[in-house]
Amino acid sequence: MLDKTGIAKRIAKEVKDGYYVNLGIGIPTLVANYIPSGVNVTLQSENGMLGMGPFPFEGEEDPDLINAGKQTVTEVPGTSYFDSALSFGMIRAGKVDLTILGAMEVSEEGDIANWKIPGKMVKGMGGAMDLVAAAKNIIVAMQHVNKAGESKLLPKCTLPLTGVRCIKKIVTELAVLDVVPGQGFILRERAPGVSVEEIQKATAGRLIVEGDIPEMVID
Amino acid sequence: MNKVVSGPDEAIRDIADDSVLMLGGFGLCGIPENSIAALIRKGVKGLTCISNNAGVDDFGIGLMLKTRQVKKMISSYVGENAEFERQLLSGELEVDLVPQGTLATRCMAAAYGMPAVWVRAGVGTEIAEGKEVRNFNGIDYLLEYAFDADFSIVKAWKGDTHGNLIFRKTTRNFNMQMAMAGRITIAEVEELVPAGELDPDQIHVPGIYVHRIFQGSTYEKRIEQRTVRKAI
Repeated sequence: MLDKTGIAKRIAKEVKDGYYVNLGIGIPTLVANYIPSGVNVTLQSENGMLGMGPFPFEGEEDPDLINAGKQTVTEVPGTSYFDSALSFGMIRAGKVDLTILGAMEVSEEGDIANWKIPGKMVKGMGGAMDLVAAAKNIIVAMQHVNKAGESKLLPKCTLPLTGVRCIKKIVTELAVLDVVPGQGFILRERAPGVSVEEIQKATAGRLIVEGDIPEMVID
Repeated sequence: MNKVVSGPDEAIRDIADDSVLMLGGFGLCGIPENSIAALIRKGVKGLTCISNNAGVDDFGIGLMLKTRQVKKMISSYVGENAEFERQLLSGELEVDLVPQGTLATRCMAAAYGMPAVWVRAGVGTEIAEGKEVRNFNGIDYLLEYAFDADFSIVKAWKGDTHGNLIFRKTTRNFNMQMAMAGRITIAEVEELVPAGELDPDQIHVPGIYVHRIFQGSTYEKRIEQRTVRKAI
């Protein structure tokens, strides 16, 4: 079973040289730390920046330079700034190669729910609906089951949707799965020490297991 | 042409109760601090605020929530404000949640003189309820209308007496499109210079969109999430 760092490390292997990548808050943010050397990516922050660098050293924080999580960040050589309309314009136009975000639920059709829980204070969807509607390649980073022990990979989402038929890949503490509408969750890799049976037990939606499922290789 | 006003109180002098305002910024980054303070001094009520966020309890639009001046927020994310939550749950405050890109694009549509735009964000979700859907090349889109705000209030880095504006780093955010989208645009800047001093090639918002401009007296520029890395 993987911890959060493990999930981030596994997703980092999906990032290819030259990609423009948008990282959501939480586990997705960690992915930036594990991108292999030699793979050059440009991080897009939807509040209006391409070329997001690491957090600043203490004393070098600039209140005019934040990321979409409102954290202070830095520039890298080649950074550019733009306004929010252009930022989502490039997302809509399919210029961003990969979006990595968290989810509360994903359905076997690739629907995602990650912004609202009925009965709880609704904080808003931020840029999540725009990102899932537009990105050509979306990976969800999440726990396989929720705190109550219920599967988050479902036949149909029970929570209000963020987007429909948009999720292509999921990486959890147990497995790597592809999502193919009309088929279901296709099991690609097992986390170290996790059996197919355990993954099956934790997956409420239709799980497709074909042949031997390899164990993930994580450095 | 005289766009320069003495300060925020003169700039917002004719904002009346029940006005619709656009307020620039993302989180607390690039917010029109001086104008918000003036709106609180003026005490206008019943405001509808189009703004990506609602500030925090003691800064930004949060200050106007405390004084009960806001009737409705049109935002994409409002999660950092306990007073907001209290007013929302008690029914004192209305909120219209709009996907962030759609919010920005509805400002852009107003800036570009377009009545509406087709967007994919929210298709198949509760956001789509009651909205016109049209299929282009096999993909469904929602019709989203341009905002119509009485006033836009933005913060830029530098401006000149003709109203030309330049922003710094990620403060462009919603400020840039909002500056171009309001019926009357008020811009506060850190540095106001005579026309001719800014490089025309570096202007982000041309002055035609800006009606009133002033140099803010002080900027706190509060940081919402101060994150640092350890020195090596």
